[in-house]
Amino acid sequence: MFKHTSLAAALAASALAPALSFAADSADLQQIHKEIADLRQRYEVRITELEARLQKAESTAASAQAKAEQADQKASQPAPGVSAPDATSPIASAPAGGSFNPNVSLILSGLYTNLSRKPEDYRIAGFIPGGDIGPGSRGFSLSESELGFAANIDHLFYGQANFSVSPQNEISAEEAFIQTTALPAGMKIKAGRFFSSIGYLNDQHSHTWDFVDNPLVYQAFLGTQFSHDGVQLKWLAPTDTFIELGAEAGRGSDFPGSDVDRNGAGAQALFVHVGDDIGVSSSWRAGLSYLHATPQGRTYADTDAFGNSVTNSFSGGSNLVGADFIWKWAPNGNGERQNFKLQGEYFRRKESGDLAYNTAATAQASRYSSSQSGWYTQGVFQFLPTWRVGLRYDLLDSGVVDYGSNAANLNATDYKPTKTSLMFDWSPSEFSRLRLQVARDKSRQGAADNQLFVQYQMSLGAHGAHSY
Amino acid sequence: MKNAFFYLLATLGILLPVTSQSALRVMACEPEWGALVQELAADKASVYAATTALQDPHHIQARPSLIAAVRNADLLVCTGAELEIGWLPVMLRQSGNPKVQPGQPGYFEAADFVSKLEIPTRLDRADGDVHAAGNPHIQTDPRNIALVADALAKRLAQIDPANAAFFQGRYQDFAARWKSATQRWEKDAAPLRGMPIVVQHKAYPYLENWLGLNELATLEPKPGVEPSSAHLAEVLALLQRQPAKLVIRSAYNDSRGADWLAEHAKIPAVVLPFTVGGSDRAKDLFGLFDDTIAQLLKGTK
Repeated sequence: MFKHTSLAAALAASALAPALSFAADSADLQQIHKEIADLRQRYEVRITELEARLQKAESTAASAQAKAEQADQKASQPAPGVSAPDATSPIASAPAGGSFNPNVSLILSGLYTNLSRKPEDYRIAGFIPGGDIGPGSRGFSLSESELGFAANIDHLFYGQANFSVSPQNEISAEEAFIQTTALPAGMKIKAGRFFSSIGYLNDQHSHTWDFVDNPLVYQAFLGTQFSHDGVQLKWLAPTDTFIELGAEAGRGSDFPGSDVDRNGAGAQALFVHVGDDIGVSSSWRAGLSYLHATPQGRTYADTDAFGNSVTNSFSGGSNLVGADFIWKWAPNGNGERQNFKLQGEYFRRKESGDLAYNTAATAQASRYSSSQSGWYTQGVFQFLPTWRVGLRYDLLDSGVVDYGSNAANLNATDYKPTKTSLMFDWSPSEFSRLRLQVARDKSRQGAADNQLFVQYQMSLGAHGAHSY
Repeated sequence: MKNAFFYLLATLGILLPVTSQSALRVMACEPEWGALVQELAADKASVYAATTALQDPHHIQARPSLIAAVRNADLLVCTGAELEIGWLPVMLRQSGNPKVQPGQPGYFEAADFVSKLEIPTRLDRADGDVHAAGNPHIQTDPRNIALVADALAKRLAQIDPANAAFFQGRYQDFAARWKSATQRWEKDAAPLRGMPIVVQHKAYPYLENWLGLNELATLEPKPGVEPSSAHLAEVLALLQRQPAKLVIRSAYNDSRGADWLAEHAKIPAVVLPFTVGGSDRAKDLFGLFDDTIAQLLKGTK
């Protein structure tokens, strides 16, 4: 291109030359003409040369590409018995993420809810409410969307964070923790905010649940899901049978605890999980859990014996024990066509301490103790590829509640809340799920709530690996 | 309550079985790698296969028994190329076993040592279950097994140097037997060159590449998506214009799609073992290819 421009400039100069050199004599003019003709000839020779070289280069490139393609084919068809020059050094492969960015996953979830009773008067009769309970709002809503990041931090630590966006546009750090990866002897330490490993369902994110909501017993005793800001130690025994022991200590600000200004831990948990296979088609896991929390001034809204709306406050100790069990079956361990899982959990909670009645007015304090229990059991059956049906039954036992001298103000009940849920879902791939759920929720005393949910749950980004 | 836990701990301490520390403990994610370890290490390794030939290696539950196996393993031998992405990472994290984490000598991915086929030019889940690194079903070409065997023998020697000479001796023996078997298979399979086939899942590009089979269509509309009746009808229409000799599925696949097409297109439906244990004859790696070739030859009759 440069050469062509120079030539054009030279030609332009030759065209202008006569006008510029009106004063010069004809000999000079002839000399200039000759020089320009020489110049033109030299450039033309060089252009021809360049064109030839270009053509040659193009054909060389084409043949190099052809050779490369052949080499590719050869590489993918290794000769029998011939190994790569050094087979112990892996053929370079880009990491899945393509770079050092953490794996990013996004859960999109939407919900249509139809409730026969107003959700604002929801309460589980006989149980002190806490956490995020109830069937949510009526009509269309964005159910929890979740953004997750996870990666190895270095040779010692792994990190993960999940931020959830509520339908009310509140962003919360659902989990944000680091975990050791290099401790020996089956030990792992986790620190930060994380779902406690008590029970079976507690540490599972909502998009992996088999039903739209968590069982009543989780709502009543754990405010749907209990998370720690703290540390967790887990140890996996060196046995062929899966035996895992764990201990946790945390701030204890989540229900049944409360946020308290103190140096020590507000909640401690212990758990053991045991599991194995039964033949090739079945596997199971069972667990025992214990959670101790020491709430101070844990307030809640209640209706007193006179029908007034009041706010009460509890301070004391809360001890929860639980047993969980899950059994999964799939013919030959291949769940593609059919599979079934049966799970159940039982919890018993004892709380004792002081209860302040109507904190807005008299704040009349007295001893308070309760011993309550509950359980659920559910079965989920995949009867055709991608199609599942599930049934869950919940029961809570209000047990024994002693309001002490506040018994005149607050009524205990022996009502047993129950709930029956039936769900169908369709998962065209492992990244998408559409669900229909109907439920009859008898959490309120003497008033059944008929519920219908239609939900979608989609997973984008990094491939999730689901725990058992 | 806390006392109960201490008792439990104490009881566990008594119950902990004293496992034999002499043999290398290997967990193979798929049966073919378990069989290969057995060929190379014989009694110097105890092998636990995480999956069977009747299970889809893309979709495995991270079962407690598998987590315990990862916890106790000295070496994991897996396919890699994201085949196990839905279950292995969570097991690795839960195992608390630093020896077998990715990047450690105790973590071996077979797909690292062969050239992959079907490396996607675009990554989009609308295209189904595609693997960024390429098709992971590398074990259907015996020349890939040979490459992996070489690398695996060296890895075994690295992890258990005391038995390095033993592994190398076993490898030399295996490689020689494998080379002559491969030549025999290639001779037997000569009539298969150019044979048009239909496959259920994109599980056999390496086999097709090796034997020169001509894959006309897949029963899955997209990789990992269940065959739909609409798509099966399309495949049938294609076969009426361009007939195939066989419809092929793996032992773990549901049979309905392949059987329907076989019946309507009037061609045999053939079950390939896909891995060791996928048929009565596929008892080991040699039997795997003996049976695979025998099944495919049904299409030439």
